[in-house]
Amino acid sequence: MAFRTLRRASAASVIALYLLAVSGCGTTDPPENSGQPDVDAQQECQDLAAQVEDGEDSADDRNDAGGETADTFIFGSSASPITLNPLHASDSDSFRVAHQIFETLVEAEPCGPGPSPLLATDWTSSDDGKTFDFTLRDDVTFHDGTEFDADVVCWNFEHWNNQPEGMAQSADITYHWSTLFKGFGDDSIYESCTTSGDSEVTIELNEPFASFVNALAIPAFSMQSPEALEKWGQIEDGGDPTATEYATAHPTGTGPYQFSSWNRGTSVNLTAFDDYWDGPPKTPHVTIKTIEDPQARADALRTGDVDAFDLVAPGDVPGLRDEDFTLIHRPSYNIQYLGMNQAAPPLDDLRVRQAIAHAIDREQLMKSTMTPGSEAANQFVPPVTNGYSDDVTEYEYDPEKARQLLEESGYEDLTIEFNYPTDVSRPYLPSPQDTFNQIRNDLQSVGITVVPVADQWSVYLSKIHGGEDHGIHVLGWTGEYNDADSFLGAKFSEETPEFGFTDQEVFDQLAEARGLPTPEEQEPAYQEANEMIMDRLPGLPLGHGVPVLALAPRVSGYVPSPVEDESWDTVTVREE
Amino acid sequence: MLRFVVIRLAQLLPTLFGLSILLFAWVRALPGDPAQALLGDRATPEAIDRINETYGFNEPLLTQYGMYLAALFRGDFGESIRMHEPVLSAFFDKLPATIELSVVALAFAVVVGVPLGYIAGRRAGTNVDGGIVVLSLIGSVVPVFFLALLLKYVFAIELEIFDSVGRQNARLDATHTTGFYILDGIINVQFAAAWDAFKHLILPGLALGTIPLAVIVRQTRGAVSEVIHEDYIRTARAKGLRSITITVRHVMRNALLPVVTTLGLQLGLLFSGAVLTETVFALDGVGQYLYQAIQDRDYPVLQGFILLIALLYALITLLVDLSYGFIDPRVRES
Repeated sequence: MAFRTLRRASAASVIALYLLAVSGCGTTDPPENSGQPDVDAQQECQDLAAQVEDGEDSADDRNDAGGETADTFIFGSSASPITLNPLHASDSDSFRVAHQIFETLVEAEPCGPGPSPLLATDWTSSDDGKTFDFTLRDDVTFHDGTEFDADVVCWNFEHWNNQPEGMAQSADITYHWSTLFKGFGDDSIYESCTTSGDSEVTIELNEPFASFVNALAIPAFSMQSPEALEKWGQIEDGGDPTATEYATAHPTGTGPYQFSSWNRGTSVNLTAFDDYWDGPPKTPHVTIKTIEDPQARADALRTGDVDAFDLVAPGDVPGLRDEDFTLIHRPSYNIQYLGMNQAAPPLDDLRVRQAIAHAIDREQLMKSTMTPGSEAANQFVPPVTNGYSDDVTEYEYDPEKARQLLEESGYEDLTIEFNYPTDVSRPYLPSPQDTFNQIRNDLQSVGITVVPVADQWSVYLSKIHGGEDHGIHVLGWTGEYNDADSFLGAKFSEETPEFGFTDQEVFDQLAEARGLPTPEEQEPAYQEANEMIMDRLPGLPLGHGVPVLALAPRVSGYVPSPVEDESWDTVTVREE
Repeated sequence: MLRFVVIRLAQLLPTLFGLSILLFAWVRALPGDPAQALLGDRATPEAIDRINETYGFNEPLLTQYGMYLAALFRGDFGESIRMHEPVLSAFFDKLPATIELSVVALAFAVVVGVPLGYIAGRRAGTNVDGGIVVLSLIGSVVPVFFLALLLKYVFAIELEIFDSVGRQNARLDATHTTGFYILDGIINVQFAAAWDAFKHLILPGLALGTIPLAVIVRQTRGAVSEVIHEDYIRTARAKGLRSITITVRHVMRNALLPVVTTLGLQLGLLFSGAVLTETVFALDGVGQYLYQAIQDRDYPVLQGFILLIALLYALITLLVDLSYGFIDPRVRES
């Protein structure tokens, strides 16, 4: 008898414990704005960059103050790199490694997306946007001792243009070359590369590409050692270029760190390149450790298993700040938007789309679902982009107006489907469930009934991109180089199932802008495109997310970049 | 004995063949597709088409299956669509972490479970028995991820007794020869590294071990409570043998037979990749890789890993059956 009661009581208590555990999941209300300080990511970045330049954060100062610096900087990344040859990569984890091992002709300027000298010290472009002259830096060597000079630059360009057929030309592998240069061999817009001495090189294109120099900051266009590639980088016919010996064991660049070992799926280890042209890096070893679960990443920082990690979830920000971890906010270079499928009536009625635009409180959305410093957006490109317009039609938060518009169009009792992904976290959309909840609440308070359609990421994408019936959805985009086309081109160049948007005028405007030869000439054309898009409202830009990095207090000298162009040669880790 | 092994291995073939068909069909029935998962927000209809062309996803199903089977006979399990690494080598790369975790979990379950089961069996029907059974039920009732998180927060983060994440402290710069970190530490005379790797397995081992713990306690309890009523035990007591001798040589040796069977099966189950435990503690094993593959709809990985796990499980069951002969002379005779 007693035994049976004991069993029942324990069973009950275990059930209670279990319920307690799972009750924490799946809240329907978005998190409160817990009094987070206002963050000006741009200003913060400028200050950090200035500090590093002035050497205030240098190891020497720290040593003078009596502290030792650690041997290794350990960074926690969310996924494993796919390959160490950046030409064949487009994921941010492969690029993160590439930023330490390789260098490009130009790099992103501190805190911005525009170009700044790196392996090229100066450049000019012709008025027709087809010819570009570069002056190269002297005294640069690759990790294997090869000299970097004009011949190497041309070798690299030819190598990129003449990738073997098969996987190496596949758009999902050699994404950046095939997208920006439109193809390989005779199909590409690349024409030729000529040298004049060791330090002067001229690239010729057969079509204008105004943002060519900006685009060269992308790690896919890193300068790689011809000798190393010839020795280890042979790709068999149709073979997988990401699996060559070069790409898995001998990536050879000019950067501050050289490759040491790759424990696939677990960690990449790099070690200082002592002959780096700008002097050896401050911390001799770097390890990039893969920790897939976001919670486990934050915990790894707390226990000291890593010194820093990327993409802090908005919900973790206050906690980490309270525990005195350093939070670094990358100036935003992405867009979060609400897509509205015009193939699904009544979303084809402009007044309905406008009503939805007026119904959503974007400021509040940013405050309660995004990281600090994230700002509401009024067009599809961030403010620092060339082509950002100050004259777009604004849709201020006005629920009354929203209701009015719905009445006018005869849809006071509108019911629409709202698609969103459940298990993913993007820099522009860290917590899709919270974003969905907030927007749904806003829409419901103007009388719109929302039918939620939640799906796993790849299923969600196939619905949005695959032309199936879908209503409104939340998605976004991260820019990679300073060009409005980096944002608008992918979404509004042609009709896509995502928006059901068929406005030929906009497509033409973008095509025209793309073809103009210089960024200065492109600016007004892109501004006009942005204005047109905001008038026709295929989607509603919601905000620009600020990706957040968390660092242990013992780390200093980390300068963030909106396009993740972050090289760690200035980072020091204080020994504890 | 040899005949037995050969027959069993031969019986395995149709099972694996059938499984490969099921897997092939199942992964393709999942909503979403690898091309979409791979391209993510960069997907365009052209890019999706290109990927489908490259991997032959546009071919008729029978053709695709034929190509898959042909490759399988060559020992080629294909390549991960996302990671571009060969499925077979990825599997053997991740397996040591899962094996280490499973062994530690099982060891904990045995070391705690067998004595508890014995005590419960000896005092069947009493409050002690009831208490032990309920305690062991923690494993079956409390979800592993909850237990894992709880252990992590209490012991790793709050009390800072154990390290929480990964298999080993990256700063130790340990040498890895076999992939079994504890073994590597011993082989390379880096005992600090071996100890560190072991410490990283304590919490996950505890969390995961609660699952087989429940089974082992119940099995041992059942077996013990049966055996102590056997005639030969009464004879042994009557002969005046010491309690310890009776317990070890007569009770446990007979009671442990069903427990050993369980051990083998439990190990096989654990191998199938403690997905949640591996994720919470960031242990780079088969389970975590499989979980990611499901997100990515990585067909070659899903098909290959599950087939290989099934093969591994079948081999373990075979070993368990063989071990019967060694443990129980009665089986040997038949």
